[in-house]
Amino acid sequence: MTANTQARHEALGLSREQLLEMFSYMLLTRRVDERLWLLQRGGKIPFVISPQGAEAAQVGAAYAFRRDHDWFTPYYRDLGINLVAGVTPREIMLGAFARSDCPASGGKQMPSHWGNRPHNVLSGSSPVTTQLLHAVGIGQAARMRGDDVVVYTCCGEGSSNQGDFHEALNWAGVHKLPVIFLIQNNQYAISVPLEKQVAGGSVANRGQGYGMPGIEVDGTDVLAVYEAFRAAHERARRGEGPTLIEAKCIRITSHSSDDDQRRYRDPAELEALKAKDPLVKARGYLLEHGLIDEAGLEAMEKKIMAMIDEATEFAEAQPYAKPEFALTHVYAPEQREG
Amino acid sequence: MAVLNFVEAVRETLRQEMRRDRDVWVVGEDVGKKGGVFGATLGLFDEFGGERVQDSPLTESAIVGVGIGAALYGTKPVCEIQFADFIFPAFNQIISEAAKMRYRSNSAWTVPMVIRAPFGGGVHGGLYHSQSVEQYFTNTAGLKVVVPSTPYDVKGLLAAAVRDPDPVLFFEHKGLYRAIKGEVPESDYVIPIGKADMKRDGSDITVITYGKTVHFCLEAAAQLEKEGYSALVLDLRTLLPLDREAIVTAARKTGKVLIVHEAGKTHGIGAEVSAIIAEECLFDLDAPVQRLCGPDVPAMPYAGPMEKFFMLSPEKCLEAMRNLARF
Repeated sequence: MTANTQARHEALGLSREQLLEMFSYMLLTRRVDERLWLLQRGGKIPFVISPQGAEAAQVGAAYAFRRDHDWFTPYYRDLGINLVAGVTPREIMLGAFARSDCPASGGKQMPSHWGNRPHNVLSGSSPVTTQLLHAVGIGQAARMRGDDVVVYTCCGEGSSNQGDFHEALNWAGVHKLPVIFLIQNNQYAISVPLEKQVAGGSVANRGQGYGMPGIEVDGTDVLAVYEAFRAAHERARRGEGPTLIEAKCIRITSHSSDDDQRRYRDPAELEALKAKDPLVKARGYLLEHGLIDEAGLEAMEKKIMAMIDEATEFAEAQPYAKPEFALTHVYAPEQREG
Repeated sequence: MAVLNFVEAVRETLRQEMRRDRDVWVVGEDVGKKGGVFGATLGLFDEFGGERVQDSPLTESAIVGVGIGAALYGTKPVCEIQFADFIFPAFNQIISEAAKMRYRSNSAWTVPMVIRAPFGGGVHGGLYHSQSVEQYFTNTAGLKVVVPSTPYDVKGLLAAAVRDPDPVLFFEHKGLYRAIKGEVPESDYVIPIGKADMKRDGSDITVITYGKTVHFCLEAAAQLEKEGYSALVLDLRTLLPLDREAIVTAARKTGKVLIVHEAGKTHGIGAEVSAIIAEECLFDLDAPVQRLCGPDVPAMPYAGPMEKFFMLSPEKCLEAMRNLARF
C-alpha cells in the first residue's frame, strides 16, 4: 500500500488494535445506553439522558487525552468520555440505579451527573455550561504548578449561548490555557433547533472572537474527531492555547426519557438519521478495510453484552445509601486544634 | 504590634498567607498593578507577580468559576468581587457549584476558596455600590459567610478563611476600610470561623449585630452607660454557620435582645437569630425581641439626605437600645 492510498487510520498513526478498541468503546457506549432505556421503560430506573448519535465525537475526542493524567469536565451526555477515561460499566450502572457505591455521588445526584476522582473526571451539575469555567480554572492552576496537563470540557450547541461559555473561552484565550472545548452540536436544545439557537449557524466561528482556532468537524466520523483533537492536544501542550471544536452530531433519541421528540421532529428527519449513525459508519469502515469480519463483530457484541449484563445485575443488587446519608458531606469534618 | 486600618489588615493578611503558602493566589478585577479599587491588594503584584496577583477579565461568573476549577485542582484562590453588588452574575457558580461540590461528590471533590467582596453603604455609592448581600447566601448550606468588624478580626478570620477546606464568602464593609483602626499582631493567628465575639459585656440589654453596625452599637452603648443602662454587644462575625450557643448565652444573660443590621429586615439575619432565641430561651426573655434594620426597599438611594435616612447610625441604635432598656 503506498502512502497516498494509506487508510485514514494508518495516516493518523492508529494501529488496527487501537481502532478496534475505539470502535468497541463506541459500541459499549451505545449498548450501555440502550440498556439504560430498557431499565427506564421497565420502571427499574427513573431517568436516562442519552449519548446516542455522539459516540464517535466522544470516543474520538477522549482518545486524544492521556488517561489518569489529563482532566475531564464533561457534560451530561458524555457517557463515552467517561468509559474511555476509565469509568467502568459497573460504576455507570451504580449511578443509574442511584446506589450507595456510585463513585460520582452515592445516589445524591441524578444519573449522568458524572464524577470520578481517580480518573480526573470532575463532578458535574445540572445548570449547563458551568463546567467550562471549571476546566479553565483547572488549566490555570495546572499551569501555575508547572504541570503538563490538558483539560477536556464539553457542552451542547444550545449551551454555547450561556454567558459562562463566552466567559470561559475568553479567559482561556487571554491566558492561552491548555483547554479543549468540545461542542457536541446535535442540532437540538431539547426541542429548539439550531437556527433558533445559534445566530450565524456556527459555534466554531465563535472561537475566532476569543483568539483561538474554531474547528468544525463531522461528529459522526470518529477518525475526523480524533484527528482534530490530537492536533488540539498537541497545540495545548506546546503552550499555544485552547481550541474550540464543534462536532456536528446527530441526536438519535429524545432529549431524555422525559421527552418525546416525535412532537417536534418530522418522521422523515428521524428516518434519515439512520444513514448518519456513527456506529454504522465506523462498522462500515472496519469491514471495508478488512480490519474485522462479521464473526469478529459478533464476538465483540457478545463480550460487551456480557459485561453489561454483569454490571446491571451487580448494580441492581447493591444497596441504597441509608436515608441519613442525605445529611453527610456538607462541610469538612471539624478540625481540632493541636 | 502594628496599628492598621481595616483594609490594611486585609492586605497584610493576604501577604502573610501568600508568603506562607505558594498555592494561595489572588484574582479579580484591577487587583494587579492598581492594587484593587480599595487598595486591598496594593503592593502584592510587585511582591508576587502577575500570575499570583491576577487581573481578571471583567467577568464575575468567571472569577468565581475559574476559582472553583483552580481550587478543585488543589490551589487556594482568593477571588475578589470588586463590589458585592456585582456578585450576582457569579451567583450560579457559588450556589450551584461551590456550595454543592463536596456534598454531591461525598468529599471526593472540594472547593477550598475564598470570595472577598466589599459591601454596605454610607459612602455615596447609590443603589449598586451600597448593598448588603449576605442574606442571599446564608440560606445555602455548604457555604460559610464571614463578616468581620475590626482589623484584628479581619486578620484572624481571613487567615482562617484561606486555610478553610470549604468555600468562604468574606464580606468587608467598605465603610470600615479607612474609618476603623486597631492593633493587629504581626504574629500568625487564626480566629475560628463560626464563633461570635462579645465586644462589650453588659447586664441590662443584649445587642446582637455584625459588620459596621458593631461600631454604632458600641458607641451607643457607651452613651447608654451614662444614662444608667448596661448593654452587652455580641458581634456575630460569622453568619453561616451561626454561633447558636453564643447567641443563646447572650440573650439569656439580659433577657432583652435587640438585633441590628444594615441589610433589610424581612428575611434578614435578624429573623434567624430571633428564631433561635425563640426556640432555645423564650421563657428567659423579659421583652419581645426587637430588630433595627435597613428599610425594606430595593437598595440604598444616592442623594445624601435619602442615603442618611436609609443608613443606621449611633443615634438610631441608641434610641432603639434605650427603648428596649426601658421596656
